Amino acid sequence: MSKSQRQRTQVSGKTDVGHGLLPQLLPWLLPLLILLAWELGARTGKLSSHILPEPLAVVKAAWQLIQSGEMWADVKVSAWRAVTGLLVGGSLGLVLGLATGLFKRVDAVLDSTIQMLRNIPVLATIPLVILWFGIDESAKLFLVALGVFFPIYINTYHGIRSVDRGLIEMARSYGLSGWPLYRHVILPGALPSMLVGLRFGLGLMWVTLIVAETISAQAGIGYMTMNAREFLQTDIVLVGILLYALLGKLADLLAKWLERVLLRWHPAYQTGAAS
Amino acid sequence: MSRVAWSSSFSPIAGLDIESEMRLNSGLAGAFDLSHGDADTRQPLARVHSLPTLAEAAVRLRGVGKAFGTRQVLSDFELEIERGSFVAMVGRSGCGKSTLLRLIAGLERPSQGSVETLGADLAGRKVGAAGTRIMFQDARLLPWKSVLQNVMLGLPRRDPVSGDSARDRALAVLAEVGLADRAADWPAQLSGGQRQRVALARALVHRPQVLLLDEPLGALDALTRIEMHELIERLWREHGFTALLVTHDVHEAVALGDRIVLIDGGRIALDQPVALERPRVRGAAAFAALEAYVLDRVLHTLPGVAHEPWAADTQEAEIALERVRWAL
Repeated sequence: MSKSQRQRTQVSGKTDVGHGLLPQLLPWLLPLLILLAWELGARTGKLSSHILPEPLAVVKAAWQLIQSGEMWADVKVSAWRAVTGLLVGGSLGLVLGLATGLFKRVDAVLDSTIQMLRNIPVLATIPLVILWFGIDESAKLFLVALGVFFPIYINTYHGIRSVDRGLIEMARSYGLSGWPLYRHVILPGALPSMLVGLRFGLGLMWVTLIVAETISAQAGIGYMTMNAREFLQTDIVLVGILLYALLGKLADLLAKWLERVLLRWHPAYQTGAAS
Repeated sequence: MSRVAWSSSFSPIAGLDIESEMRLNSGLAGAFDLSHGDADTRQPLARVHSLPTLAEAAVRLRGVGKAFGTRQVLSDFELEIERGSFVAMVGRSGCGKSTLLRLIAGLERPSQGSVETLGADLAGRKVGAAGTRIMFQDARLLPWKSVLQNVMLGLPRRDPVSGDSARDRALAVLAEVGLADRAADWPAQLSGGQRQRVALARALVHRPQVLLLDEPLGALDALTRIEMHELIERLWREHGFTALLVTHDVHEAVALGDRIVLIDGGRIALDQPVALERPRVRGAAAFAALEAYVLDRVLHTLPGVAHEPWAADTQEAEIALERVRWAL
């Protein structure tokens, strides 16, 4: 690559990744090197398999779990818990956030109470939740729903409160009021903030689910990893951790895609670049 | 963004209460007592030229006062605007000219007196229902709607008179302001001048009888501003609406107005008819002289002192021309 070419790539930056393979491969170089060093360390015996199994063993374990159908069964259970918790907590957060954001009276009655409650870490309530629900499904769903509720509530509320007053005034002077005003002005104006809430909620969804499943479960990814820990199967534990990472990334991608579709009008998304 | 969303959500945001705001405009009007004192006791500060008869007035303000808390912005304000005329209101910032426009638009309620547009009292009427439309300094386009959808905002699906669809009407007006090819774009993709042209189209598509312009060109560059002057003047001639322009730019006022009203300290300090031929020639001596005269009045207004309007006989024109040189 000549000097002038290199300069051009630098100037054009992220928008011009199509030219040349090197800029595309560069970010993968370090992970590959780490993986290689890890494999070497495990093979020469410098790295005990109780601490970290060799990468190939992890791949093999994953393959076995897929073939036996165990992985699919566990992922299905975990995903079901995550989605149900998200739907329950998310819709409650959305409805209450809309109510307090739109109506002064609801705001006066509810908001300060919710703001107080949200300072309690969700995970700190686990002993109480176990006392209430025991260790069955409802305890896990409750925890996930609680974790998702607050970020979605807060960002919905804040989104509605921060809709540009000038736009509301303009819309009213053009004869909009009631539902059309909500539909055309207030709700779309609150949408960016609501989507931020969804992304926060998705992150917390996985965190609370992992903790809940690790404490007590008869199925799910958490159960799989805790079971493997009993038998010192570090490779399966690693598979579980990687699965959580993968599912978390998937949820984040989904949220980003949703943002890109719903916020097409936003200058930040017009070139297709996510913020 | 997210960090802000987390931290600022602790305290309620002051001032924004959508629910009560909407209530204000539906039912509160009846709570005000809009009766006012004997007409003879109130003297307009400036002499009103060619006093329009009642039927001709597009806008009529009687004894209007407006206070925000303890701050009195307007007091005992009298103004009549002839139908089909173009009135420019000038004044320093904070003189109350924008408040005046917002009162006429129905966005604010007067503390005293009455505001009539098109022969009907604004009190008790729904905002936006009247044949009055306002254009703001910022275009206030909805960023999540395309240019076309913005123009269609608040339009009935079918026009009750012509039967045209809202879409066709919006497209026609967009063509009038020269932006038909940008109909599908997002507002964020337009320049400042183009956004104001969309805002103008959005106002005109409702065929307003009164168009209120609240410093709509204040944020634009000089060249775009001249183009917008020509566009607004052309549309005003073609559509025949009454235009009321608030501006701090005396040049703009002379270029567009039939009549220039200088507001100072919440009162009319000068009511100046503009007898120049249209289209106005910016370089012409009479134009420059009038501009210099009004500018001089703006710069030297004393609170509560009304000025006699300037009559353009030759002697005074010469004096005024000297003033131009002095001012430049």
